[in-house]
Amino acid sequence: MSSSLGTQIATLARRSIVRTMRQPASAIPPLVFPLVLLAVNTSGLDAATRIPGFPTDSYLDFALAFAFLQGAMFSTMNAGTDLARDIQTGFLNRLSLTPMRGAALIAGHLGGVLALALVQAVAYLAVGLIAGASVQAGVLGALVIFALFFLIALGFGALGAFMALRTGSGEAVQGLFPLMFVLLFLSSMSLPRNLIEIGWFRTVATINPVSYLVEGVRSLIIEGWNGEALGLAFAIALGLVALGVSAASLALRTRLVRT
Amino acid sequence: MTWHSFRSVALAVAWRNLHNFFLNPALFIPALLFPLFFFTAFAGGLSRVDNVPGFDFPNGYTAFQFVFVLVQTAAFGGVFTGFAAARDFESGFARRLLVAAPNRLGILGGYSLAALVRWVFTATIVTGVALAVGMQVGGDGVDLFGLYGLALIVNVAATLWAAGVAMRLRTMQAGPVMQMPVFLTLFLAPVYVPLDLIAGWVHAVASVNPITFVFEAGRGFIAGEPVHVALAFACALALVALFSVWGLRGLRSAERSA
Repeated sequence: MSSSLGTQIATLARRSIVRTMRQPASAIPPLVFPLVLLAVNTSGLDAATRIPGFPTDSYLDFALAFAFLQGAMFSTMNAGTDLARDIQTGFLNRLSLTPMRGAALIAGHLGGVLALALVQAVAYLAVGLIAGASVQAGVLGALVIFALFFLIALGFGALGAFMALRTGSGEAVQGLFPLMFVLLFLSSMSLPRNLIEIGWFRTVATINPVSYLVEGVRSLIIEGWNGEALGLAFAIALGLVALGVSAASLALRTRLVRT
Repeated sequence: MTWHSFRSVALAVAWRNLHNFFLNPALFIPALLFPLFFFTAFAGGLSRVDNVPGFDFPNGYTAFQFVFVLVQTAAFGGVFTGFAAARDFESGFARRLLVAAPNRLGILGGYSLAALVRWVFTATIVTGVALAVGMQVGGDGVDLFGLYGLALIVNVAATLWAAGVAMRLRTMQAGPVMQMPVFLTLFLAPVYVPLDLIAGWVHAVASVNPITFVFEAGRGFIAGEPVHVALAFACALALVALFSVWGLRGLRSAERSA
């Protein structure tokens, strides 16, 4: 007798969450690393708020969105590395002998990503507020930041799962991290796009979707409610989720056929 | 005899390491692309920062960031060589090397030499790119010799640090232990703006961070207006002395386990 899809997802999600929380090497860097960079960038670039046209007088407010995006990118690594380990250790092969459905595997695996994302979101916002940041959009805005962050983490996590299923290698998943870093740094994370002086850099930042994810989170912190920034950010985040989940599902089908 | 055996072991270890590095794109390409990427992201994305009141570096933001990237390549060149040492221990190669080498100090010397050559290669490319995008150099030959000399000393210090960690822990999982302190030391210094413009607790940390003096002296060299030269060299050499002891003790620890 096969269990329902919901039970399968719940079982695999529980396993994923427990595994993430039990591995300090998975749970601590996504919490600490973005906060360290936030501290360094805030102190180092605080003077940038004196550039004419800078949208806020607090670089901490401006940079807080960066911590969320960097933290979300760690989801790629965590989801992908854990799934690659399941492939390498033969867990996926054994699982494929059960009535488990592909959708349950992917959804369950992303459960660990979302659990960590919840801890990350609370930590980033709490540290930001304690350090003196404020969210112009208020409490509701903070909840919208959380929702956007979960979607972004889910999208990046699904991409990590796709990479793991496609390659079956934890090293290949780790190799994505530099690419993620490049996408993050070649965006409007350090300065608003209109203040980026070098033309080609501004063009790259403009076509880089990460810029719009950063700007969506940032708009709630430094402006309040900006429909255009939020609309673009949510559209890109939903697109990322759709792309990641579709690619991971296809890769899982191929992987199970190979198996 | 002792010098001869040291030299032969060091050259053999260095040759093997460099051979692996230059023939393996997975090692070679990130080591080259990362500094170029940081240079592009910081010098390109943040160039407007030189308009900030109080930012008085005369040679422009590209030259200001170039010094950071040059020192960063030196430090991470050493760390990446530490990764290679850890991999050698994990694969069992280093254990066999410890048994076979007539002079074990040569192993440490070999890793240091390999890190140096790797850094010279990366620094040449980064310098070429910086000049190609119009970096203004105010310093003369002596100043530039000072700049590259400082970075070279940082490279040796970082290699000794990372090799010391690799020889103690003897696993690739030691990567973050090698990397994070170097990363934090580099970033808790005047990376984006001069020290006077850094705010908050990072200013206090940067004021006593030895790498701050290396950055300031390096930027003085490239501007042709050297500052803190003796202090910067003293700090860099002190790091080499400290990590020489750390590296040697790491080697002794590895010897005991071999």
